[in-house]
Amino acid sequence: MTTSTTTPAGSAIAPRRRRADDVAGLGKVRAGIFVAPALILIGIFLLFPAVWTIWLGMTDYRLTGLQAASPEFVGLDNYVEALTDPSFWNSLWLTLVFVLFSGIIGQTLIGFGLAWSVRNIHGWTKGLIEGLVLAAWVIPASVASFLWLVLLDRRSGTINGLLGTEGAAWLIDHPMESIIIFNIWVGTAFSMQLFSSALSAVPPSQIESAKMVGASGWQQLRDVIVPNIKGHILTNTLLITLWTFNTFTPYLVTAGGPNGKTEILSVYIYETAIPGGQLGLGAAISLIMLLINLVIALAYVRVSKGRNKR
Amino acid sequence: MIHHSKRRALAAFAVATAGALVFAGCSGEAPEAPEDGPVTLTITANAITGGKNAAEADWIADWVVPEFEAAMKEDGKDVTVEFEPQGVDDENYKTKIALDLQSGEGADIIGMDGIWVGEFAEAGYIKPLAEVGGDSVDAWEGWEQIPEAVQGALSFDDERYGVPQGADGRVLYYNKDLFEQAGLPADWQPESWDDVLDAARDLKKLDGVTPIQLNAGTAMGEATTMQGLLPLLAGTGEQVYEDGKWVGDTDGLNDVLDLYKTIYVDEGLGDAVLQQEAAGRDTSFQLFASNQIGILLEGDYFWRSVINPEEGVGTAPMANRDDVVGYTKIPAMKSGSGVDDQDFVSMSGGTGRVLNPNSDHAELAWELLAFMNSADAYEARNAGTLAITPRTDVNDEMLADDPMLTYVSEEVLPITAYRPPLAAYPQVSTALQQATLDVVSGTSVADAAGAYADAAKDIVGDDAVSGG
Amino acid sequence: MTATPVRKVAANSTVRHFLSRVAFAVIMTIVGVLFALPMVWLVLAPFDATPSLSLSWPDWTLDNFARLAENPYALRSIGNSLLLGIGTMIIVVVLGALAAYAMSRIRIPGRDGILYALLLLSSIVTGTAAMVPTFQIITQLGLINSYVGVLLVLAGGILPTVIFILKDFMDSIPKSYEESARLYGAGPFRILRDVVAPIARPGLAFISIWTIVQVWGNFLVPFILLRSPDMQPAAVLMYTFYTESGQADLRLISAFALLFSAPVLIIYFVVNRRYGFRFHGGIKS
Repeated sequence: MTTSTTTPAGSAIAPRRRRADDVAGLGKVRAGIFVAPALILIGIFLLFPAVWTIWLGMTDYRLTGLQAASPEFVGLDNYVEALTDPSFWNSLWLTLVFVLFSGIIGQTLIGFGLAWSVRNIHGWTKGLIEGLVLAAWVIPASVASFLWLVLLDRRSGTINGLLGTEGAAWLIDHPMESIIIFNIWVGTAFSMQLFSSALSAVPPSQIESAKMVGASGWQQLRDVIVPNIKGHILTNTLLITLWTFNTFTPYLVTAGGPNGKTEILSVYIYETAIPGGQLGLGAAISLIMLLINLVIALAYVRVSKGRNKR
Repeated sequence: MIHHSKRRALAAFAVATAGALVFAGCSGEAPEAPEDGPVTLTITANAITGGKNAAEADWIADWVVPEFEAAMKEDGKDVTVEFEPQGVDDENYKTKIALDLQSGEGADIIGMDGIWVGEFAEAGYIKPLAEVGGDSVDAWEGWEQIPEAVQGALSFDDERYGVPQGADGRVLYYNKDLFEQAGLPADWQPESWDDVLDAARDLKKLDGVTPIQLNAGTAMGEATTMQGLLPLLAGTGEQVYEDGKWVGDTDGLNDVLDLYKTIYVDEGLGDAVLQQEAAGRDTSFQLFASNQIGILLEGDYFWRSVINPEEGVGTAPMANRDDVVGYTKIPAMKSGSGVDDQDFVSMSGGTGRVLNPNSDHAELAWELLAFMNSADAYEARNAGTLAITPRTDVNDEMLADDPMLTYVSEEVLPITAYRPPLAAYPQVSTALQQATLDVVSGTSVADAAGAYADAAKDIVGDDAVSGG
Repeated sequence: MTATPVRKVAANSTVRHFLSRVAFAVIMTIVGVLFALPMVWLVLAPFDATPSLSLSWPDWTLDNFARLAENPYALRSIGNSLLLGIGTMIIVVVLGALAAYAMSRIRIPGRDGILYALLLLSSIVTGTAAMVPTFQIITQLGLINSYVGVLLVLAGGILPTVIFILKDFMDSIPKSYEESARLYGAGPFRILRDVVAPIARPGLAFISIWTIVQVWGNFLVPFILLRSPDMQPAAVLMYTFYTESGQADLRLISAFALLFSAPVLIIYFVVNRRYGFRFHGGIKS
């Protein structure tokens, strides 16, 4: 693990044959030195606990009680238990709905819409809009959850006050909608930032020529903008999907309720592992979630490979 | 610097290969040999100055630490006491001390909820007090002052694992103003569930008043079980864990769920939506304080903390608390139908402190623990905010100023019951909460009880569940 | 004959242009209000004598802040958060930039696969399931109750995402810049420092803020790895303002929420102003 760091830097001179894209003259060994510190850190503090967690997922381990003293290896029992539990499938379904609406449709589309809309305006309005969206993103989740409880409170909430819908229990009657909108509020800033820089990188000449031939706004978007920023769209969608899959923040607003209606997978794992005490089962469900994420990531990779065949 | 990081990397590698072993429960470090000379003892508790349980934290920092250090000095011992306050959500605190104990670390004296004692003992994290602290444990004068039942809150398998630091009980609170408006007596004494329902029906005539709010549902967590289902279950003569079996689809449970149905579904005496809100319990406190709830089942901290009118104490202070708020014992379903044929019932929890078996100075730690539970210590502790102590000598002397706490100490504690300190309890409790939620949201009592019994069987096994 | 229709079209398009401007302004206002609405409480409640979970014009007072100032841990915890946030940020930006640059410029077999795998694993480890292994490792390394342990765990969890984003970013920096720098005899470290880093500056700034935001809100890692409350960051302290029975003490929480949010907001706006916060540099080869 430590060998790459201790290799003398001088040996980098020896193999001079470099690939064409090694424009900086880095060489494999020096590249290794560049990469090693990060990989060592990741190896010890990420990879190792992750592998350990996978092992935990094959035991009946608990933090307290008899199974803490002598956990037993149970093989794939935890996986069978999770996959035959209707509340797991309910949770998975809720997660997919949550990711689709709050992540892919909400954050990505609204983020793009905002980036598209403010790209040509300048001055304080642009600063204000961007600032508000970004503030929502920067405010810590534990604070944001309070802000939304105030907003949606049944008795004296801001929304009920403004709309005159006194007594409407948004978090009880429309829990999924509430956390979806909440998560859009929290996360749109990332997509907005990414897309507004992506848009600024589209060569103006291409847009000009599209305008010259009389392309409508929609046509410009489809034929010039989207092809240009396809890579960014994929990166953004991949990250947003993974993050939305794993976010625990909605728990702070609805605590998974009412009656499990917002028990997305991250909440389900928490409920199983901490209040429920079943760390082994929780670890197993985490791995299932990782595999689902893997499938999604592979799908994105396929799309992006199809985009620029290397 | 380089050596340092190399050592760390090596250590990491060692951890990697030994990971499975460590995980299997071997504590990584051998206990250090007891040193001569100065000794440091550490106390940790889920209390923090300026935050959660601040009064306890202040007392430890400002009284226990200096007084014990001074007392030790008189004996010619150089002892330093350190306090590590926490003050977070109970679930997180529990996780943290479990991680500490599991890895052979942690403070010498650890505050914990009595309900965790069984799981911690089963995991081998804590040991019976006498085993850790030596002979002086059983000889302690304090045991005579602490009633057997209260000691039970920190015991497991008939062994004392810790010293309780307080006692509490649950009662029915009611709003005398609202009672007067509804033509009900100010010194209300219900003797059956029907009496409570009758009062609630009268209260229903008042505008903008929720007659009775009985904790239900999963959003309130343990509050639903402790301040709702369990006291009612005790009123039917059953307990959640009895003779090695957990309650299942029994008559008692069906009666309890029927009562929930009457209150929330059939007669609308309670606000069913409130029970599902994530902050529903806080809201119920606020509503009670603003005269919008007639009857509420809560513990004594509701009186001494939540609605306490003293500056900066209560989160829902009631300036006229002493005049307006009445309290009465929780009646059994019918006279004599409660556990042990009681007419009235209650549930108690209790926190306390245990000794860390990994302590390098366990006997000295016991001295400190005994010191923290001396009569003097409780008097100092109660100088700020009054609470019921586990010691009868202190209670007799100090609670006289507060009729409510005297009432709990004298009337409620003798009839109270405790939860089983077993690892399966939290999961069974969640299943019970789910059953109340099912009923409140419209499922039939039979279906809810059946679903609960299935869940209980999944948790503890078919043989360990009573009833059909 | 042709004059009228032309004028009509012109007038039409002016009207349309005007209407679309109005519609645009209205939509932007609505979006702005929707994003701003939840934040009003954050600004008002701390100054209210009796803050509650509803929005009301405050009964102005600074008592909540005075009470917070008496708390021995509250203000210090903000400093601790800054230390952890900036510390983690320095580690991940330096290590992440080095790694991302190398990965961008040298083809390592299976590079993308490794990156994706790490990215996915980081989602397990930041969750609750890996808590026990993480705690055990830090205990074995003797790093319990030290910032080093917390920084390493946080950095390890965040690095894959940082490398992923930065590599994407480095890929879009034209290689011609480095080629010319090499012609003038600059070595790889110099190229990275003097050529790549300046161009990458907006991206690095973005990653820095992203990291600080991640660390700022992280409760679990510092909570389990630090014992002493003097060392705990604001995200942990926030959870101490509850009562025995689990109620939020809104007087303290509202004031603390403002103090807790302000530094990271300020950091963001300063960095944004100074580095022209952009995710990708806007230069394409």
